Amino acid sequence: MTETKEIRYQGHLHELQKQLMGDYYAQLTAIATGRSDTKNAHLLIAGNPVELVRAFGMIPVFPEVNVLQLAVRKQSLPLIQKAEELGYAVDNCAYVKADVGLYLSGYQAPYGTIPKADLLLCNYVGCNVYLNWFEHLAELTGAPAVNIDIPFVRSADGEPSPGDVDYVVKQLEELIVQLENITGTSLDMPRLRRTVENSALVGEMWAEIKDLTKRRPAPYDAYFDSVTMMAVLYCLRGTDEAVTFFEAAREELSRRAAKGEGPLPEERFRVVIEGPPPWPFLRVFRDMFSRWGAVAVASTYSTVGGIWEFGFRHDPQRPIESIARHMLQYNLCNRTFLQRYDQMARYVDEWSADAVVIHSVKSCRLFSAGQGDMREYFVREREVPTLLIESDLEDPRYFSQAQLRNRIDAFFEALSQRRLTAASDAQLAAGGAR
Amino acid sequence: MTLATAAPIEAVERYRESVEDRAFPTVREWRARTGRMVTGCFPVYAPVELAYAAGMLPVGLFGAGNQIEMAHADSRFQSFICSIVKSTLELAFVDRLAPFDALMFESICDPARNLASVMARNFPDRHVTYVHLPQNMTSPATVDYLAGEYRRAADELGTVSGHVVGTEDLRSAIGAFNGLRARLREIYQLRASSPEKISTAELYTLARLATLTDPADSEPLIAESIATARARESRPKDRVRVVLVGSFCEQPPLELITAIEESGCYILDDDFLLGWRLFKRDIAVDGDPFRALALAYLDGSVHLSTKHDLRQPRAAALIASARAHRADAVIFLGAKFCEPGLFDYALYRKALEQEAIPHLFLEFEEKMWMYDKIRTEVETFVESMLFT
Repeated sequence: MTETKEIRYQGHLHELQKQLMGDYYAQLTAIATGRSDTKNAHLLIAGNPVELVRAFGMIPVFPEVNVLQLAVRKQSLPLIQKAEELGYAVDNCAYVKADVGLYLSGYQAPYGTIPKADLLLCNYVGCNVYLNWFEHLAELTGAPAVNIDIPFVRSADGEPSPGDVDYVVKQLEELIVQLENITGTSLDMPRLRRTVENSALVGEMWAEIKDLTKRRPAPYDAYFDSVTMMAVLYCLRGTDEAVTFFEAAREELSRRAAKGEGPLPEERFRVVIEGPPPWPFLRVFRDMFSRWGAVAVASTYSTVGGIWEFGFRHDPQRPIESIARHMLQYNLCNRTFLQRYDQMARYVDEWSADAVVIHSVKSCRLFSAGQGDMREYFVREREVPTLLIESDLEDPRYFSQAQLRNRIDAFFEALSQRRLTAASDAQLAAGGAR
Repeated sequence: MTLATAAPIEAVERYRESVEDRAFPTVREWRARTGRMVTGCFPVYAPVELAYAAGMLPVGLFGAGNQIEMAHADSRFQSFICSIVKSTLELAFVDRLAPFDALMFESICDPARNLASVMARNFPDRHVTYVHLPQNMTSPATVDYLAGEYRRAADELGTVSGHVVGTEDLRSAIGAFNGLRARLREIYQLRASSPEKISTAELYTLARLATLTDPADSEPLIAESIATARARESRPKDRVRVVLVGSFCEQPPLELITAIEESGCYILDDDFLLGWRLFKRDIAVDGDPFRALALAYLDGSVHLSTKHDLRQPRAAALIASARAHRADAVIFLGAKFCEPGLFDYALYRKALEQEAIPHLFLEFEEKMWMYDKIRTEVETFVESMLFT
């Protein structure tokens, strides 16, 4: 095991991301404080139609990103408690509670001020809490709201029916009319195509970046370092800035891969991580893996907003239909639990992972409900060592550091032992053969 | 029962035990008698007519109540997941779902959706149909989508049963369930207008029976029961009149319902088994029946915690119900870990406080078997109401 005190996880990319996100929140603050009359729509991360919002010159606001930023800064708990005082239960999603608390605090966050929504654009892609969340925001803020209903994947092969695609396209066309009314402008189709093309370019580069972790060592951690890129991928998708950022990311990470550099001094274990991270304790949590030389080579969390690594790209020639396809089919949340098993199994095989780590978070039942069965599947049917641990993505009260560390240590201890035993067996077998 | 001295309702007496029996005696009897197949319908709302039109009996699958120990499902679903998800899976593990040839799940919440996957993986021989109920209630495109979704689900069920669902099959099924739902509306109206004539525990037994039997059998039983209850000469008691919400999916034990009534309440409206009586009026049986069923869900159904209709906030609907029933108070009886219900409570509480309607929050689990705590809470609440 390696001590991790000296490891510096954040580098050039992180600085670049910080700058872009700082600019993004400065734009939101300018709107919230009346210094800009740009219209905004609040959206959810998973499978959203942000390209349409951007094509109207509107700025998207992502409550999930806002509240995770609070958690990272360890400022979520008082806001969660503020919501609980109003009657929200301890068992309600803490993202929602933190957002309600943030609204009740005047939308004043340490990284900027959040503008009240001109449109609450709920993209319902599997997560039922999304519906509750925006319904509550509509009640609290009085902002207009719309639910874009995305039929959940029901076919075994994951393909939506032509009727499903048509249904989503029609709703997006209705949304265009709403956005025209809000902005007072008509849809600029060339601008939409450019926005969608930017998304396609970013999707292509993100897929190439994801492919890099198939190498040994992986040039970056596909769970902990991915979140740096995900911030830009989600908040700025469709913009020129996102394209520029991903060009830089691809170049830097490709260079690291070519030089055989990884995020840790030594890559001992390659893992697939399932589930969102515990944002209030991200560094502490990462250290628990780093000390064992464990690097994530793939993660499901990095596909919440979209799955590009298996070939999907937005299509500027058919912009609205490709946005609909993205919402229906190419994001983790709108796919079945069993399709997630398949996705993870593919990661294990194609990214050559040694183990699966399932981080079960209480707040997000879309992710977590049934992960015991997922563990059964990987352990019994796929014979992949699998660790299931629990905490939360937003609420620090559910993070038990000592308990998590014990579980993680025991798991990697066992994996180390297993590796030693396998090596010794192989040696014996080789000796016997001679 | 709270009406021990009144003339008994025969169907209630006969089925009181069997409605909560997870050996499903009424379902087994129906299978043996008809030789036909059965579809288990997970709450909250399932388009039961589709299964019926495919020649199958749609049966409400409301978990295991307090009748079985959890031995397998706890390892699949975490401690913070509601009981009904786990206990329904447990029923499959201990082979209590043997009478069911297919299961129908709907997009009501995240754990229920994942349960459909886990069930399908662990029990591949039992067909799972997953129905995506829409959440955009205002788009003109939604009705076509939902009619198509119902056609797809009907095709799946028809493949299982070997009976292709035709237009007339579905019209006939809608007619049968229209009849049943009309009786359920009638018995709810009777209780709302004369709660001294029929207790909620009695009403619940009959409504639960309707989820377990062929509507052709249960509809006349409920009609008879209504007649018996109407004929009772019971006198109103000095009780607090309440509307009860929060129990739309996982169901409280019958003893708990009795305990709430015996603690001094007349329950005038509730959301028990709500999916089985979702519609405000009969569904049209002329024209395209798939479209009629879809329109009924979109425009003809009552408010429901898992249906997000931005046209009418659910809190406003609750206030309207409380006013219409001249209720003194609202009791929120929510299932532990039920996220849709718990979210609603936050909005309900705000609206109830704004309207100055007294309310009480109670939490239950289907597997509970001690009711003293809830009884004390309700009694204290009732006393505070009566003596204020």
